[in-house]
Amino acid sequence: MRCATPAPDHRTPTDEQPDRESTEWLRSLASAGPLKEAAVARLHELLLKAARSEVNRRRSRLGLAGPELDDIAHQAAADALMAITAKLGEFRGESRFTTWAYKFVILEVSTKIGRHFWRRRTVAMDAEDWERLPDRFGLDPAAKAEWHDLLAALRRAVDDVLSAHQRRIFVAIVIAGVPVDALALELATNRNAIYKTMFDARRKIRAELAANGYLDTQTPTARQR
Amino acid sequence: MTRWDALDRFLDTDPEDVGCEQAMALLHVYVELLRADPRSAAERYAGIEAHLRACGPCCEDFEGLLSAVSADQRLKVL
Repeated sequence: MRCATPAPDHRTPTDEQPDRESTEWLRSLASAGPLKEAAVARLHELLLKAARSEVNRRRSRLGLAGPELDDIAHQAAADALMAITAKLGEFRGESRFTTWAYKFVILEVSTKIGRHFWRRRTVAMDAEDWERLPDRFGLDPAAKAEWHDLLAALRRAVDDVLSAHQRRIFVAIVIAGVPVDALALELATNRNAIYKTMFDARRKIRAELAANGYLDTQTPTARQR
Repeated sequence: MTRWDALDRFLDTDPEDVGCEQAMALLHVYVELLRADPRSAAERYAGIEAHLRACGPCCEDFEGLLSAVSADQRLKVL
């Protein structure tokens, strides 16, 4: 997995009983008056800090400058705060309250970045520059004779075995390079729906390439098990 | 290993993959268990791990949440 393995923590989140700090967060956020106001301000401070850290973590891949990044962080923190306070009743104590809350702000950062993509780029979703594919999959130009037929078969599979919707999503993501979250916004859908469409498209293309002898019939996952 | 490993991995689909919705619904639980006991996390949430291997955007969110929680815990220790 690309994702890093963290250092061990001492708390095992299995008992689903909120810890003392989480209980205090819930109590103060559900209260009224100065106690609630102080808790909301403290939570916003935590969310803004996490949002700033997250946009900074992603900045090298975004090509955004300081003010734009901070604007995204502020918007993400404000929207996450609103969502959290509206959904307090959905917190089931399966994790620390702050871990649950941080999830909201991280997902908001992703959404804001997806929205920002269309402000900065003029990528046509249906731009079919198939010449980008070798680079996309790390194919050595010097070995073109070896993979030329494979990529031609891949293109045929995209045309022949995918539905019109699957083909549109495949071309937008793989050929035009539109990020999934940006595509979801453009098509007024969500990341999960895009992923499921791509999941089925990938499976169908692979089966076609394997049936025609271009790839092993066993997938990398099946070979590992 | 093949000469087109990246393409083969990209087209690979794991039947255990739970998809974005389920992975994101439990991400906070998975992240805490992963920090506490990586082996238990792998056993209990194999479907989430399968998803994070395949989905770039969800993996990005996972890394962001892990980073936020780790920073938070470091502050509490100080």
